Amino acid sequence: MAKIIYIEHNGKEHVAEVQNGLTVMEGAVQNDIPGIDADCGGSMSCATCHVYVKEDWYDKLAKKEMGEDDMLDQAYEPNSYSRLSCQISVSDDLDGLTVYMPEKQV
Amino acid sequence: MIKTDVVIVGAGPTGLFCAHQLGIIGLKCEIVDNLDKIGGQCIELYPDKPIYDIPAVPECTGEELTNNLIEQIKPFKFNFHLNDRVQELASENENWIVKTTNGKEFHTPNVVIAGGVGSFEPRKFPTKSAEKFDGTSVLYSIKDKTIFKDKSVAIFGGGDSALDWAIELSNTSKVSLIHRRDEFRGAPASVQKIKELTEKNIINLFTKYSIKDVKGNGSLEEVEIKSESGESKIIKADYVLGFFGLIMQLGPIAEWGLNLDKKAIPVNTENFETNKKGIFAIGDICTYPGKLKLILSGFHEGALAARGCFKYARPNEKYRFEFTTASNTIKDRLGVK
Repeated sequence: MAKIIYIEHNGKEHVAEVQNGLTVMEGAVQNDIPGIDADCGGSMSCATCHVYVKEDWYDKLAKKEMGEDDMLDQAYEPNSYSRLSCQISVSDDLDGLTVYMPEKQV
Repeated sequence: MIKTDVVIVGAGPTGLFCAHQLGIIGLKCEIVDNLDKIGGQCIELYPDKPIYDIPAVPECTGEELTNNLIEQIKPFKFNFHLNDRVQELASENENWIVKTTNGKEFHTPNVVIAGGVGSFEPRKFPTKSAEKFDGTSVLYSIKDKTIFKDKSVAIFGGGDSALDWAIELSNTSKVSLIHRRDEFRGAPASVQKIKELTEKNIINLFTKYSIKDVKGNGSLEEVEIKSESGESKIIKADYVLGFFGLIMQLGPIAEWGLNLDKKAIPVNTENFETNKKGIFAIGDICTYPGKLKLILSGFHEGALAARGCFKYARPNEKYRFEFTTASNTIKDRLGVK
């Protein structure tokens, strides 16, 4: 279990307790946190669960797998802290992880 | 004007199987899809990815599933209207008048929306100023490449479309290629070719840059690009092309007066009709308690929606349930003995 902090583009903060093994995307969807669409349902086939990971957390996450950057090319305004939240698996180590949602997903 | 029993919006697996069920019970349909090919998400998002949860098919790819569904509805000779999008629905007496972007018009008692998460549209530049030039000098697809001859063209993106067009247009245009990172996701041979053309100064390559602004008085003159650290550069450009892949937009469906729950359409689970009589929604786009976004659920929903359509298409006939194994009528429809 980890506490994940989701911050909307307008600054509104949401905190969710997310079970280990779920993804950061699922944590948002299950808790009705707006700002993450996840159109493809987590199959890394779209780029609508795009988040910017807080700088000091970025390197603590498992590295991107092949294909994630390709999808991020198709995201709205990606930068070097961009991740697909469906590819970040939650574990105790991620307690306190903070992600920022982009202005929009599509 | 085309008269039909059912218009199906969306040629993904759910729409295709619904068409099959309509054919089996003796109804006609017309299928409209925004993409230039049949198959929906299966063909656009994951043609090569294996699917493991189609009943009785241990493993198949999105492309194989699509091809089998096309094969399965062949006997019915239904028309596909690809590269077209249903824009308007209006009711007239007991019918719906369905109008498409390309100007086609259908008269039908039933519309089945099998639209997935919406229609696929090119992702556009986030820059407000690009909207002004949208469709004239800011483009997301190419219909006539001769317009670029002897012009300056700025191409954004790192996939095959961006690379292929950069290579192709560099023969007759001054091409700048801009991508947000150093790696490209295009085919290795194209990436190599881009490197060669860059070394020969035929293509101007800018990596780790994205669009900031487009400028011009009347016509487009230049595009400003920015790096993540905030450094910006101005590139002369008569045309700006963006190839960022496709996104799914609910689009005009949102304007048809249907109840919406987030991006989905609530339906009853008896025949998957929406709040509008004769309009059904099946597959990923519909929602009801317990809804699963599985292809197999879409098949079930399509089968029941087809029976729902029968009622309005043949108001004076009683629907009779028959098995394909036993019914000679169905065998005739399928053209089998």
